[in-house]
Amino acid sequence: MIQRTRVLVAATAALALGLTAACGGGKDDSSSGSSSKAEFNAALDKVFNPSEKKGGTIRLANSGDWDTLDPGETYYGYSWDFLRLYGRSLLTFKASPGAAGNELTPDLAEGLGETNDNGKTWTYKIRKGVKFEDGTEVKAADVKYAVLRSIDKETFPNGPAYFEQFLNLPAGYKGPYKSKDVNTDQAISTPDDSTIVFHLKQAFGGFDYMAALPQTVPVPQAKDTGAKYKEHVISTGPYMFDQNNLGKNFTLKRNPNWDQATDPFRKALPDSFEVSLNVNADDIDNRLLSGDLDIDVVGTGVQPATLGRVVGDPTAKAGTDNASQSRLWYTSIVGTVKPLDNLDCRKAIQYAADRTGYQTAYGGPLAGGDIATTVLPPTIPGYQKFDLYPAGPDNTGDLTKAKEALAACGQPNGFSTNIAYRAERPKEKATAESLQQSLARVGIKLTLKPFPQGDYFSQYAGNPPYVKANNLGLTVNGWGADWNDGFGFLSQIVDSRVIRETGGSSNTSVRDPEIDKMLDAAVSNTDVKAREAQWGAIDKKVMEDAFILPGVYSKALLIRPKKLTNVYVNPAYAMYDYVALGVA
Amino acid sequence: MAAEPFLEVKDLKISFPTDDGLVKSVDGLSFRLERGKTLGIVGESGSGKSVTSLGILGLHNKRNAQVSGQIWLDGEELVSAAPETVRALRGAKMAMIFQDPLSSMHPFYTVGHQIIEAYRVHHKVSKQVARKHAIDMLGRVGIPQPERRVDDYPHQFSGGMRQRAMIAMALVNDPQLLIADEPTTALDVTVQAQILDLMHDLQEEFNSALIVITHDLGVVAELADDVLVMYGGRCVEYGSARTIFEEPEHPYTWGLLGSMPRIDRPNLDRLVPIPGLPPSLINLPSGCAFHPRCAYEPRTGGLGTTLTPELTPAGQPGHLVRCHIPTAERQRIWREEVKPKLEAQ
Amino acid sequence: MITYIIRRLLAAVVLLFIVSAAVFAIFYLVPRLVGATPETLATRYVGRAATPETVNLIAHKLGFYDPIWVQYGRWVKGIFFGAEYDYGSGTEHCPAPCFGYSFITRQPVWPDLLDRLPVTLSLAVGAAVLWVFFGVSTGVVSALRRGSLLDRTAMGVSLAGVSLPIFFTGLVGLLVFSYKLGWTAPGGSYTPFTENPADWFYALLLPWIVLAFQFSAQYARLTRAGMLETLGEDYIRTARAKGLPERSVNVQHGLRAALTPLLTIFGLDFGLLLGGAVLTEQVFSLPGLGKYAVDAITNNDLPKVLGVTMMAAAFVVVANLIVDLLYAVVDPRVRIS
Repeated sequence: MIQRTRVLVAATAALALGLTAACGGGKDDSSSGSSSKAEFNAALDKVFNPSEKKGGTIRLANSGDWDTLDPGETYYGYSWDFLRLYGRSLLTFKASPGAAGNELTPDLAEGLGETNDNGKTWTYKIRKGVKFEDGTEVKAADVKYAVLRSIDKETFPNGPAYFEQFLNLPAGYKGPYKSKDVNTDQAISTPDDSTIVFHLKQAFGGFDYMAALPQTVPVPQAKDTGAKYKEHVISTGPYMFDQNNLGKNFTLKRNPNWDQATDPFRKALPDSFEVSLNVNADDIDNRLLSGDLDIDVVGTGVQPATLGRVVGDPTAKAGTDNASQSRLWYTSIVGTVKPLDNLDCRKAIQYAADRTGYQTAYGGPLAGGDIATTVLPPTIPGYQKFDLYPAGPDNTGDLTKAKEALAACGQPNGFSTNIAYRAERPKEKATAESLQQSLARVGIKLTLKPFPQGDYFSQYAGNPPYVKANNLGLTVNGWGADWNDGFGFLSQIVDSRVIRETGGSSNTSVRDPEIDKMLDAAVSNTDVKAREAQWGAIDKKVMEDAFILPGVYSKALLIRPKKLTNVYVNPAYAMYDYVALGVA
Repeated sequence: MAAEPFLEVKDLKISFPTDDGLVKSVDGLSFRLERGKTLGIVGESGSGKSVTSLGILGLHNKRNAQVSGQIWLDGEELVSAAPETVRALRGAKMAMIFQDPLSSMHPFYTVGHQIIEAYRVHHKVSKQVARKHAIDMLGRVGIPQPERRVDDYPHQFSGGMRQRAMIAMALVNDPQLLIADEPTTALDVTVQAQILDLMHDLQEEFNSALIVITHDLGVVAELADDVLVMYGGRCVEYGSARTIFEEPEHPYTWGLLGSMPRIDRPNLDRLVPIPGLPPSLINLPSGCAFHPRCAYEPRTGGLGTTLTPELTPAGQPGHLVRCHIPTAERQRIWREEVKPKLEAQ
Repeated sequence: MITYIIRRLLAAVVLLFIVSAAVFAIFYLVPRLVGATPETLATRYVGRAATPETVNLIAHKLGFYDPIWVQYGRWVKGIFFGAEYDYGSGTEHCPAPCFGYSFITRQPVWPDLLDRLPVTLSLAVGAAVLWVFFGVSTGVVSALRRGSLLDRTAMGVSLAGVSLPIFFTGLVGLLVFSYKLGWTAPGGSYTPFTENPADWFYALLLPWIVLAFQFSAQYARLTRAGMLETLGEDYIRTARAKGLPERSVNVQHGLRAALTPLLTIFGLDFGLLLGGAVLTEQVFSLPGLGKYAVDAITNNDLPKVLGVTMMAAAFVVVANLIVDLLYAVVDPRVRIS
């Protein structure tokens, strides 16, 4: 899922005790342990303070506004985590610590999706007895309506766009508000009230991940108020909205029409949730540490000011968890800018870069994350550990290899190019400066080019004509997946076909038809194991092409709630699992 | 009259320590004043005349002023008295008319309010009674339609009317000692005359003692019975008004007379200013403080630069002069050298 | 007098239009001048997954294809005649005064402003009471005891108050009084007065103190300087010469005159605060106009920025007008015609 980065996100802390998250894509179904000892990373791979006690109120705060509570439009990871309290999508991620949390599990549906045409048609059976908060039973048509309304991008411009990309919609279909009375059975059909069938334009082996998007949370058409629906979302989960003061706060109370019997994993321990919005970020940390607040709902970690206090105080540090974020901080090497059209010149940059310096720019192993050598972070199934451009024993670059590469490229004395970064982000500036220094050792001269982050992709680093005209050979960048799977992570940053000449693409450098083909093959593969291997192969191919200089696998330092039970980090969201929490 | 005078100032010294040194504003001043009499204190700016008047009322800056000597008012000594005692006398037994009535009256309160306030500090009466009194008072100082003007603000009055109001405020408690500090300086010549007449009439009516402080000998000529000439914080000549105008003996007084504009002297351009600047009160010139500006200093035989002259009796009865030149010589200079020149102007 | 007020109000309206046009220009004209297209502007209001079609759609919906004066005219028209908004499943009428719809939250701005105003008003009034009381009394005492230990201490503390930023004093205050000692409310715990006056007071106590600390410091220094100047005036000497007790001299004659210039500054400060005590609201997470403005600017949400700017400007203008009228009451030399 998206963890759309803000400046503050880049400032999140990490304290690595080595790679704790799952590696190698293998599944570890062994039951997770539990613990009640408050120690560093106590809630990372096991349940902290397990309890079945019901009652109490959980208090959360958000340093910004909630992007939207509407399941059809929300596009933040924390929101998808939280949304499961009041909405049930067809599938969801397992409520579990460790690698199992990345696995899909049925929620509103009775089972995972079924396809009998190699991934072009997907069928789900809706669970019987699931009701809306007003007591109406949820039907397949409600899910269909929910998905179709989310396609109206004039009304929901911020939401994910996967369904309109993959569904076999009638030409010119604009969603149920504008394209009224259009038969959409060619895209989604509901043969009966408990069956929903998705018809895709092309085979998509990983469609189950789309079925886990909040856009499949049912919406009753009679209660839909378009862009205003977020003011009162009709609940299907164990909680429903009590008060909702947009931009300020909202509260959830128990939904009397939710039935535990229909729900395979929600324990619904607390009686209510209180969420404050637009709260000062530093104050959130203070309140977490003092116990006046339970959760920083955004889950991107503590502020820089808090980091120092926490790291320097063993007691405080024991109350934190260092979660991997499935996010890569990297620098694009742009092949359209000479002489980087030459593979050897790109390789020279890979060899000459000081990886330790890159890591330091993001705050070091403690605050930034682990040194990256691949595009896929270790938390994504399909990740394979490899390092094509070993950077020497101290990880500061292999200058001999770099010079050899430069010679092979025909630029033995190096060359000059520019490096773009987002001016508002001190860590990206530090990255650019670090690269400027390390590449200068082999004669590659970089000039720093800061750009405003609001227009970074639309006008500058993501605008191919601009990049070429202004010789932006390197562009500092970062990426988090929409969901923890190769498709979710890779499709937007390595597929050359997402690059638009008008700008705005997240892929700023990878242009290889071979990779596009590999992606297509993987996308249509319905065999999970085989597909994951394909993602790993694509990763390797991108690194062979040397279009991406990986920097840091990001981590966040979370303050563990003091007064809550069943606390653990769900890797699917890279933060605490809000559905599992209870009050001690 | 008893042997004890109504007001007696004995060896009054007022000085202010500053970063540059001790400013001796008043340095050993003594004089007496009876009820119904008027004393004129004249001198240039910085001669100490205003500080003297403030000192008598206890209005000098108490935090940094050093005061010694004695001030006896109707048998009460004020320098050593408790501040509260002096405050109770202020505005009641002794009152003051200030120089610039515009800045001396509070801009935010009506004239009436300020007079009523002055009355009620010393009289436990209702506002209505005090107001009636204030209107009476305004009428007595010659303000037309006082019952209407009583509610006007100071800025709504003309300069002369404002000064009349100021006088009304000072006289509202029938003070026995009235000090007027440059009462007419800020006014037109014609208004000046009216104000002086008014003060003269009121003094007669109240039989109060009046001290008029001014640099304008014309005012003194109009009002004063006795005149005290100050220079550098000291008295340099003292005598009856007639003496000072007819038989002055101090060269400084001669200078003042020479620089005095008079209606009977049409040739104002022939006024002779006293050369030089008033002395610094921190470092008075050695010897006679006036010697650097004195045209007759050579006739002192060198004493002028070395020895400070004493205030000694001079030609007329009660006449005191602080000068090294012998009395006879001074009288001769006045008659033969100075007076003819003044009359020729 | 009436004509004067009317004239001033008309001038205020003209001023507000100029301000709104300037804000509009900053957000729309300037980016266009440096090369932004309707599409790049719209990119800020769509998700990362948006296709060019979506961007196009939104640019159209937000009216970015129209010339800037048409966009501005539409906004002005909304204020006087209201506006319509298509929210997908229907349209909403936003009655006059309609300050437009937020690009981000897609809510009408005007109800938001009205909703946030009481918070800022509570903060500003409470803090003003504190700072006027403490600032003025400290200033007066300092002036009367000039050079004393008390004066020097007060002025030292006020120097700290003037120079320490609120995001420092506020966060330290929260840390010490709210989290360590537990005396005051934690950040973000505002309760409306109408709901629970006690909670309202509890939540605002620390913000009041922190905000008032800074202003008190300023007012103490201003009062002290004003008092010292006034006490040197001739009319103070006159008051003493009348035999008034020292207390009346200082208060009725001295303070009255010393406070008059402070009135102007207070009017401006208070007017500005009503437009949003930006830092205080930010630090304490109070959902007032200042926080609203910051959030709006962070999100590039032009209608919100315009709305809150208009409101703030209106407060400053009105506060100025009231100060001028009050001045005429307080200082009889000033007569308005």
